[in-house]
Amino acid sequence: MRVILYIINKEFRQIFRNKGMLPIIFILPLLQLVILSNAATYEINNISFGYVDNDHTHTSRALIDKFRASTFFDVSQVFPHPKESDLAMLQGEVDVVLTIPEHFERDLWKDKNIDLGVTINAIDGAAAGVENVYITQIIKTFNKNLSVDMVQLSNNTVRPVLIEGIPLFWYNKTLNYKTFMVPGILVLLVTMITLFLSGMNIVREKEIGTLEQINVTPIKKHHFIIGKLFPFWVIGMGLLTIGLVLAKLIFATPMLGSLALMYFYTSIYILVILGMGLFISNFTDTQQQAMFIAWFFVVIFILMSGLFTPIESMPEWAQFLTEFNPIKYFVEIMRMVMLKGSGLTDILPQLVKTTLYAVIMNAMAVWSYKKIS
Amino acid sequence: MKEETVIKVEGLTKVFGDFTAVNKISFHVRKGEIFGFLGANGAGKTTAMKMLIGISSPSSGSANVAGFDVYTQTEDIKKSIGYMSQKFALYDDLTVKENIRFFGGIYGLSKNRISQKSNLLIEELGLEKVAHSLVGSLPLGWKQKIAFSVSLLHDPKIVFLDEPTGGVDPITRRQFWEMIYKAANNGTTIFVTTHYMDEAEYCDRVSIMVDGNIEALDTPKNLKTHFGSDSMNDVFLKLARS
Repeated sequence: MRVILYIINKEFRQIFRNKGMLPIIFILPLLQLVILSNAATYEINNISFGYVDNDHTHTSRALIDKFRASTFFDVSQVFPHPKESDLAMLQGEVDVVLTIPEHFERDLWKDKNIDLGVTINAIDGAAAGVENVYITQIIKTFNKNLSVDMVQLSNNTVRPVLIEGIPLFWYNKTLNYKTFMVPGILVLLVTMITLFLSGMNIVREKEIGTLEQINVTPIKKHHFIIGKLFPFWVIGMGLLTIGLVLAKLIFATPMLGSLALMYFYTSIYILVILGMGLFISNFTDTQQQAMFIAWFFVVIFILMSGLFTPIESMPEWAQFLTEFNPIKYFVEIMRMVMLKGSGLTDILPQLVKTTLYAVIMNAMAVWSYKKIS
Repeated sequence: MKEETVIKVEGLTKVFGDFTAVNKISFHVRKGEIFGFLGANGAGKTTAMKMLIGISSPSSGSANVAGFDVYTQTEDIKKSIGYMSQKFALYDDLTVKENIRFFGGIYGLSKNRISQKSNLLIEELGLEKVAHSLVGSLPLGWKQKIAFSVSLLHDPKIVFLDEPTGGVDPITRRQFWEMIYKAANNGTTIFVTTHYMDEAEYCDRVSIMVDGNIEALDTPKNLKTHFGSDSMNDVFLKLARS
């Protein structure tokens, strides 16, 4: 037991003595939190909008004004001909073009069906989908108002029946994407820093030759590994704390659930990541190799975590793979506890899986660390 | 110096794929002896040494170090030996004192013993002024002396030194060998590899490895007589060339 304390003492001294490393550990992640939480957005704003008005009437101008009034659209371009609008779309100057046909106003009054031309740049399919919804909503509202106007003008007593769904957004009432992103990005910070630090650590000792010196001492394998892991565990928990404080101060992210539960889960989660890092460093000879392997897993874990794309829409085999992704569980827990106020029983499945994962990963790390070659 | 044998090696072999690095070597080392382990680069010295200090498993043969078997009791061997590698192996980013404390700690020395040993070591090496300097900032010769002292911290029965004086100036080498003699006089067995033939002359007995085999093993004096040479340098060249 005393041996472990000596190792911990040594590791902490080395970490805090390394002036180049400290900012990497503490400042970079926080910059990431601030930048990414603002930038990694699902919202689509400032859509550059152009139109071809073949009608030039009061009604067609009223429709354009609706778009102008919307905060989503940036109405900047008027095109006399569809040819020009096509060219502008090709050159990336506009993302959406609305084409209003001739006799738009007249046909509307005649109760005819009118086809409005909407062209959307769909290179980013998801964005195009969202834009389509925005456009449809605006046209629908306009259409509704218009028909009401017309009904009143013609003194008709029969009023059209309009059915409208009013959505209620639970857990994130204002649909604030930051509330959704901040817990997830916090997960990334804690994961990446602890994985890279632990992954580099033993390899570094291999490179400078001190590991051989350690291997000729009678030190017990598990003492060595516990001593190595503990400082990074503390750093991981420290990062979580700083991240939570910043989330509260800068983004006013709610914390509905129990903070203690959050910490309890994270303390186990970090063990998974540290075990993984050590496992990697046992199988590599240089820090470069370790870095590449760590990156390989981090990228897969992040993209398959449900942080940026919903797991439900992945193909079944991919959904199965996400079962082995520790980041997925952490993202789920973070969002559940912070935003929904979930309790211990709600997160029990993830907690059990993570604990199992931690046990297996660390057993493998101890097993794969060999003092004898 | 005639009685107790601390290293017994019989037919020890290490094979990597189809390359035999160490081929059935046998020798005994007595307590308190300075045993020189010579050989050209790639002759298999380091491989043989790694088997003896318990960080590489032998392919066949037997060896007993400080009374423990190299197959089954490697961790017991490690308690009884000290090791200093050709690659400098203290932590550059820790101070002299911190290095001593760390290695003392992992050998299980008590806190009092560590501070006692640490003060003694610093005094003997005259390092009072740099005790709180980072090891990385010290000259190589000093580092090697510290590393040797650290390998003796837990009072091991045997110390293995793998090319301890590589790249060190002649004065420091001389001082280093004085330290080795002092340790040997205290009853510590010294097992040392070197490329410097003048250092081979300082050893009680010398073995010379060529291509995985031990080609000669005797006192420097007997070897010189046997090969009709007047220096160990000559002996080495005759053996390594044949």
